[in-house]
Amino acid sequence: MGVPLSYYIGLAVVLFTIGAIGVATRRNMLVVLMSLEIMMNSVNLVFISFARFRGDVGAHGIVFVVIAVAAAEVAVGLAIAIQIFKHNRSVNVDEADKLKY
Amino acid sequence: MSAEMIVFWILAIGAVLGALAVVLPPFGRNPLHGALALVVSFIFMAGVYVQLSAFFVAVIQVLVYAGAVMTLFVFVIMLLNLTPEELAQPKYSWYKVLSVFSALAIGFIVASGLTHVLVHFHAASIPATFGNAASVGGVLVKKWLFVFEFSSILLLSAIVGAVLIARKRRS
Amino acid sequence: MNWNIVLAATIKWVFMVLVFGLGVAGILTWVERKMSAVIQDRVGPNRASILGFRMLGLFHPLADAIKAFTKEDFVPDGANRVLFFLAPLIALVPGMLAFAVLPFGPGDNLVIANMDSGIIALLAITSFGIYGATLGGWSSNNAFAMLGSLRAAAQMISYEVSMGLNLVGMFMVFGTLSFSQIVYAQGHLLGGWLPEWGIVVQPLAFILFMAAALAENKRAPFDLPEGESEIIGYNVEYSSMRFATFFLSEFFEVVLIAAIVTVLFLGGWQIPWLDPKGIAGGWIRVLQVGAFVVKTLFVIWVMMLARWTLPRFRYDQVMKLGWKIILPLSLLNILVTAIVLAML
Repeated sequence: MGVPLSYYIGLAVVLFTIGAIGVATRRNMLVVLMSLEIMMNSVNLVFISFARFRGDVGAHGIVFVVIAVAAAEVAVGLAIAIQIFKHNRSVNVDEADKLKY
Repeated sequence: MSAEMIVFWILAIGAVLGALAVVLPPFGRNPLHGALALVVSFIFMAGVYVQLSAFFVAVIQVLVYAGAVMTLFVFVIMLLNLTPEELAQPKYSWYKVLSVFSALAIGFIVASGLTHVLVHFHAASIPATFGNAASVGGVLVKKWLFVFEFSSILLLSAIVGAVLIARKRRS
Repeated sequence: MNWNIVLAATIKWVFMVLVFGLGVAGILTWVERKMSAVIQDRVGPNRASILGFRMLGLFHPLADAIKAFTKEDFVPDGANRVLFFLAPLIALVPGMLAFAVLPFGPGDNLVIANMDSGIIALLAITSFGIYGATLGGWSSNNAFAMLGSLRAAAQMISYEVSMGLNLVGMFMVFGTLSFSQIVYAQGHLLGGWLPEWGIVVQPLAFILFMAAALAENKRAPFDLPEGESEIIGYNVEYSSMRFATFFLSEFFEVVLIAAIVTVLFLGGWQIPWLDPKGIAGGWIRVLQVGAFVVKTLFVIWVMMLARWTLPRFRYDQVMKLGWKIILPLSLLNILVTAIVLAML
């Protein structure tokens, strides 16, 4: 048997933490969205590694849905980023603090 | 160390370095560099998926993430064409240090939860057709049919939402 | 690790990509000029000569290569050097990798990687071509190049969607995502005489796929990202070998698209109405690979014809064609295919 399950889970946790740090510290909205993508990918990795070691392909379906959700999130998120940039001339999430323009 | 282990370490280190380049300010000062690093990271992740016999998901990962999602990111970053002033990060503060700590705490919670699962985990063998297009498709339309159909509604609403948000408003 | 497999794959890759792909792409630079000359009633290139032999100008690609290598390699001021160097390679390499999943003939020996989901993998690999065009323009630090690369990105993202959707109908009819199996399935004869090629069972998808592929390729009538004659394109700051790499990648993509269309819609290596048992030994393989090459060259000829006879679209027309005509039609194609398949 090649690589044990715990290694894959460890990689997923490391990536998840990196993504969380990015979401918490970076203020550029595009970078925040990219960090979210990293977190989603680490979740996918957990699903896929458990699927592999349980011998159950069912989790791959969930991964599909997660990828679809990520694509939808990016489409809407980038549209919002463009709108915020049009109003603020900046994509800093801290400056986007007005509810109405 | 077996060949599989070496391959895993190469892929894992590549994926983590790519992700770090997105998050850490010195590398990610320009979001475009971060986006390209993320593309590389996603390709390495697809390699990890292949190692886990998830061939079809790996191909979809490259197609959707590296091919479509990140292209959109690159396109928007170029469209906004942020100048360095707009990219400037505020100085490091206690607030930022606290953010890092809270992120690490979240990571710790996730890790402890997964460790709990891992302790009680029993591995099983996999069938020969594991992870190919037919098996994944079968799962999608048999086991997760509702979720699958619902995700199409989600995508449709995302398209409509994106168009509504990004279009020009009548003044 | 089995080194024989690696060696075999390398040899196959050299023959398929370097000899066939790049060879045809190199000759296409001559075909392009000679064909435009024939269409526009000119003589075309005929000056390059070796020892007095002119060979209809066939030495021009050679002269071009020498010129490209010896010209000054110019990097504009303020350019992002790393990305400026990488962009032409990013444009060229995905096409070269994509050849790995295309079957040149029957069996496992005439394809590098006989993948279970080869068509999706090919779409995944070719989608990287966008980065080459966009980064090339962005890294040049030139406003016009930047605008060109924005046009390139928008156009290629738009048409990639319909390119993938047009293949869904093919997946439904043939029930597979594998290139090899799709070619095998196209060997059947409908009603005993009509070959079950993709163009026969999915004619609308064929037309739409060709249009979308031409747009992906960024050549006229869709050459807005580049627009060599008036609007300035993403590769304006490139010179010498780097420009030649962009140029070559465009022709290489022509060969790649022609090969994909051949495999998916024109039966690949299948020769209709030919009984393989009637021909002795290995000659049938030679014939079948020959059929694949001839069909590919035919599709290239059609694409060249489109390039030199159709005027360029306006930019809003390109977007309208992609999102309002090709995309709905390909969705309709999927719906009709599903209904027909359900009724059969």
